[in-house]
Order: sequence, then structure tokens, then C-alpha cells
Amino acid sequence: MRVNLSRNGDFSIRGEWLKVKKITVDDILIPKLTFATGNEAIVYGALLANCRFFAGYPITPATEILEGMAKYLPLLDDGICLQMEDELSSIAAVIGASWNNFRTMTATSGPGFSLMQENIGYACMTETPCVIVNVQRSGPSTGQPTLPAQGDVMQSRWGTHGDHYVIVLYPNDVQESLSLTIRAFNLADKYRVPVILLSDATIAHTREKLIIPNQKEVEIIPRVPVTIDVSKYHPFRTGFVRPTKVPEMDRFGDEYHTYLTGLTHNWKAYPTPNDQEVHEKLVKRFYEKIRDNRDDIITYEEKYTKDAEIIVVSYGIPSRSALVAVENARQKGHKVGYLRLITIWPFPHKKIYNLSLDIKKFLVVEMNLGQIFHKVNEYSRGNCEVEGFFKIGGKIPTPQEIFKMIKKR
Amino acid sequence: MTSTIEYLRNNYLRNDLLPSIFCPGCGNGQIINYVLHAIDELKIPKNNIVLVSGIGCSSRIPAYFDTDGIHTTHGRAIAFATGIKTTNPKLDVIVFTGDGDLAAIGLNHFLQAIRRNIDITVICINNENFGMTGGQASPTTPMGSFTATTPYQSIEHSFNLAFLAKTAGAPYVARWTTAHSREAINSIKKGLKKKGFSFIEMLSPCPVSGKRFKSSHEYINYYLNNSIKYSDKFRDETSSHLFSSLEECFITDHEGKIIIGEIVDIDKPDFHVLYKKLKEAAKNEFWKSRQ
Ligand SMILES: Cc1ncc(C[n+]2csc(CCOP(=O)(O)OP(=O)(O)O)c2C)c(N)n1
Ligand code: SF4
Ligand SMILES: [Mg+2]
Repeated sequence: MRVNLSRNGDFSIRGEWLKVKKITVDDILIPKLTFATGNEAIVYGALLANCRFFAGYPITPATEILEGMAKYLPLLDDGICLQMEDELSSIAAVIGASWNNFRTMTATSGPGFSLMQENIGYACMTETPCVIVNVQRSGPSTGQPTLPAQGDVMQSRWGTHGDHYVIVLYPNDVQESLSLTIRAFNLADKYRVPVILLSDATIAHTREKLIIPNQKEVEIIPRVPVTIDVSKYHPFRTGFVRPTKVPEMDRFGDEYHTYLTGLTHNWKAYPTPNDQEVHEKLVKRFYEKIRDNRDDIITYEEKYTKDAEIIVVSYGIPSRSALVAVENARQKGHKVGYLRLITIWPFPHKKIYNLSLDIKKFLVVEMNLGQIFHKVNEYSRGNCEVEGFFKIGGKIPTPQEIFKMIKKR
Repeated sequence: MTSTIEYLRNNYLRNDLLPSIFCPGCGNGQIINYVLHAIDELKIPKNNIVLVSGIGCSSRIPAYFDTDGIHTTHGRAIAFATGIKTTNPKLDVIVFTGDGDLAAIGLNHFLQAIRRNIDITVICINNENFGMTGGQASPTTPMGSFTATTPYQSIEHSFNLAFLAKTAGAPYVARWTTAHSREAINSIKKGLKKKGFSFIEMLSPCPVSGKRFKSSHEYINYYLNNSIKYSDKFRDETSSHLFSSLEECFITDHEGKIIIGEIVDIDKPDFHVLYKKLKEAAKNEFWKSRQ
């Protein structure tokens, strides 16, 4: 720690500073082929996606994201990074800033993710776009802070109370950490939902090849600005000018005076906490705006499934072992396929169902005691066998272990 | 010149949401009244105002204003306000919070926002209890009180929020009761104009849950007859140890009297000013390193 003893923020460059030339994201990142960690890639992805507000609290193995944002955001004209007092306030600040038309993000790990849950529900209820990164470590509680796990897959879907919908994405390498971060912002704005980007301690800290694109090459799907006239505008009015279940979003400080509340509210945003019909309509719309667009939101990687009798289902870091195992097994003549979930929620139920019709078995590989396993089981509807290979404790399932499971049958 | 209440109501409130949910005799209506006067006298454009609140009866106040408003989660109003103010420093951000919201579940955010000196105006409606949930003890409930959760009386010391803010370093702090209308309006105005964190604590009647008195009339009489004005002079002339800074936080009243008045009014650089400077310094270093 270097201490600057000059009090009250005397930065001693006075006069000079007003003329400092503007810095762009490309100036900072310099589009190139480089080596980076998963956490660094998330920082780069956020900057490229025009995220200009970050609030967070240090926690292993997510800290480098806060550190990266603290380093780069102040360099950009409208960039702000706050180290908050805890995760409760981090997510709160992120939601508040989103209403100033900022793309906002926070990053944490298990214990902090648990603290954020109440306000994630608030973001769902007020339909506030924001991105929450959860770099998973092993739990419950403080668990194994430095080791990877996938124990928060169900929490990311159901962590906050009440019926709600969120989108959850999960990369399996450094390059995808960057691209999915960008996609997370686009989906958050498009559907006005919090998007949770899962990672894990291994992806976060593995240093591998990363192509940093030019910002011009990055696809940005911006938030739809308000088009409805002030006199006809109501904050949660849908289907009025556009046939969509996503309401147009204004911003604080404009002539649209919006009131937001976590209480059940009608289309005017007025609290109606005792109205059954309003509540049902509102919460069903949260579901429908995501479910009606599953095809747009769901992505996965599918390989060797055409002739497969067994399909290995995985996501995140163990999927890298799974692919090696599948390819080895195929070389040895086993008819095995590979399905990697990239969008975890909404769950690709149609894909699972369709595959289940032609195979003998799904083998679900996870670093928890079976969370996605149950979903695969549910959507195979008894068409095939579903087996799980679960490994916890911070050790990644090896290709050999998965290969053994494939061979077993 | 004061505007008529009809004018204020028609110009600033969402009349289709009235009457409010507040009980007869509740102080929250008076708080709305004082804030209306303050923003009207300062001629703050409605488009520029964002009202932020947590959870509680007092946190329902922003709904009635025809401005931007955000009714957040219990205790977190100031954290939301921090995100709002730092990303658009031009906005006038006012936080409405209760004694439970601010001093129980949300106390850390209060102290941290003061430490950062975020330029927001926080109005705490202190009715000395959890009004909304039916009259449980709060951190400002006087020791010895009988409440729904202290059936044998409260044995915990209570906070004086204004002095807590002072000790944490807030540049503007005032403490009034709903019986002190003009003083309260003036303090809200000063708070809104102050560059930096402003805190206005308002003691307010809750005859329905708090039940310290049966009617707002009795509350007002109590406030008027039992308050003493804080001033530097007062501090010097009476036993000075009583107000030595750390102890101050734990004194809710002085010999049974409510301490009111303007407690702090100083200048210190706010977060936004320093952040802007920091950014320029950082940019300067960036270009130097790229030469
Ligand atoms: C996380 C959480 N815990 C508890 C509650 C229940 N609750 C609602 S209002 C309230 C107390 C409010 O007291 P105060 O802030 O003093 O406001 P008042 O109603 O007195 O104006 C509580 C505990 C809640 N809404 N959220
Ligand atoms: S319970 Fe108390 S604070 Fe709440 S509305 Fe009634 S009088 Fe006001
Ligand atoms: Mg209260």
C-alpha cells in the first residue's frame, strides 16, 4: 500500500488535468491476441459491452473483477467503480444506477451471492437490467474459498424468494467468459431482467488464449428507449406500441416520472399489494417474457449426438474433461455424444426431450451432488436412463473418471 | 412566501393515489408537507428529483410525489441512492427512511455513505418504533419503553441518530420534530443545497403503533414543551462532558428533553468532486504510461 498523505483528494496535477485526452475502451484493451484469466476476460467483456458502473465487495475467487473495474472504469469518461461496504449494497447500487441508463454489473462468490438474493428479487420485480457474476467456490458457508464448485446452479435460479425468472449463463473457457459477458448485458437490456453469469474458481484463474476484439466488432443490443408519449406512458404498460411483454424503460431525471416498488404493482407502477389478479398477471408476465423467447435465449454446444447411445451432459469447467472423455471414447468405438449447456436457465428442456427419444442414457457430470441431473431426469420423461457423475470438494472430474463412467454400461 | 397546500398538492402529488395509507394522526403527512414546501421554495424542477426509500410506513412517502421515486428493500435505500447519485450527480436525490430502516437493518449504509460524503439528503422519520410491523422496539426506542417486543420494558440504550451522523462526519445535520415546521423546512432546504451528505432527523408521531401518546395532539404538545435547542453555546455553558463527541451518540435526550436544532453545517469535498479529480489524475497517468 502506497499512502498519499495529501488530504482531501489533492491530486496535485491541477490546471493540467482539464485537458487530459479522452480514453476509449480500445485504448485500454488494445485489440489483440493475448493471454488472460477468466476474471480478466469478464472485465474486458464488460468494458466492451459498455458497462460503465460497477459496484462490488472483495471475495475470492471473484476479487480480480472488482480490481479490474477499479483500474479501468475511472479512465473512461462516464465510468464509475465503487467498492461498497458489502454485497447487499453492491447489488443495490447496481440496480439504482441502472435506472440512470447505465449498464451495470457486480461480481461475487457464494457467500456474497447469498447476501444479494433479496435485491436480485427486487431487480426481477422492478424489471431492472443488470449483470451479476457469481464465480463459484465450494460451499455451503465459507467452504473452500479457492476451489471450484458448481453448487450454486439451483440458487442462481431460485435463490430469491417468490416466483420469478432470471437468465443464467455459464462459459467454460476464457474466450467465452468475454463473449458471454457481452451477451449477458444484451439479454439483460432486451428482456429487462437480471442476468446471472456463472463462472467457477478454475475458469476464473486459468490463464489461456484470448482474442480481444475491437469495440466496433462487438454487437450491442441496446435498451429500447421510451417511445410512448408522456401522457400515455405508464412504467409497466406492455403491448401498447410494441407487441412485447417487456415494458419500455425510461430513466431517472427525464419527464417520465416513474415510481418503482418491490410491492406488487399495477401497470401504473402503483402499489396494489392485495390484488390477486394484478399480482398473477404481473408475475406471469415475468415468466412469459422469458419463456416466450427461449429460442432466442438458449444456447448450447452439441457434438457427436447423431449416432450417440450415451450423451454426456455438462457445463462450465467439467465440460472440458467431458469433451476429452467423449472424444477418447469415440476413438475406442463407443457411441457417445456431448451436450454442453451454455444457457443454464431457462433450461433447454426441448433439447433434452428430443435427444432422450433416441438414446439409451444421459450421463450428467456436475461439481455438485446433482442439481442439473434432476432437470435432465425431468425432461427425459423416462425415455432413457439418466445417470449422474457428481464430484465435490474442489477437484474437477477427470477425463479418465468420465471415460470409466461411459464404459461402465 | 409560502404556497398554498392546494397548489402544492396539485402541482407535486399523485392525486390519484390519495388518500394515503397513513393512519390518522401519523406524522408522515407533515413530512410530505415540509418537503413540498422545501422543493417548491427552492424551485427544484420535478424532473430533477428522485425520491428513494426503504421499507416501513415512512418509506411509503415517495409514492405520493409526482416525480421519479424508488421504494427499495428494507435498510438499503441509501445504497440504492449511492448508485443513483454517483451515476447522475445532477439529480436531487432525497432518501426517506424510518428509524428501523436506517438505524437497525440499514445502519452500515448510513455510516458508509457519510464516510464517502455522497451528496444526498437523507430524511429519517423517527417515530421511535417499527410502525409498519405494529410497534416493536427500534434502535431509537427510549430505554425503559414497553413495546410489542419489549413486554417487560426495553433495557437497551438508544441511538441519537443526529449525533451519530455528526460523529461519522456528515457535513450537514439537523434534528427537529414535526412540531417545528419552519425550522424543518429550512433545514430540508439547506440539506438539498448542501454539497455533500445531509441528514435531517425528524421526530414524528405514531399514535397507532408507537402509542407513546394517544393522539398527534399530545405528541405535538410533548414536542413543543419538552425540546431544547442544541447550539455550541448550549454545549459550552452546560456540562460539556455530556456532549463530548463519542458519548453524544448514545444520548437521546438531555434530562428528559429532546435535543433539537441544527447540529452540523460545515463544508467538505463530496464524493463526486473528488471522483472527478481522481479520474483526471488517472487519465493523466494512463497517457504518461503510454508515451
Ligand atoms: C428484510 C426485511 N425484514 C423485515 C421486514 C419487515 N418490516 C417491514 S417495515 C419494518 C420496520 C419499519 O420500521 P421503520 O423503519 O422505523 O419505519 P416506520 O414504519 O416506523 O415508519 C420491518 C421490520 C422487511 N420488510 N424486510
Ligand atoms: S403505524 Fe404509525 S407510522 Fe405507520 S402509518 Fe400508522 S401512525 Fe404512521
Ligand atoms: Mg419507525
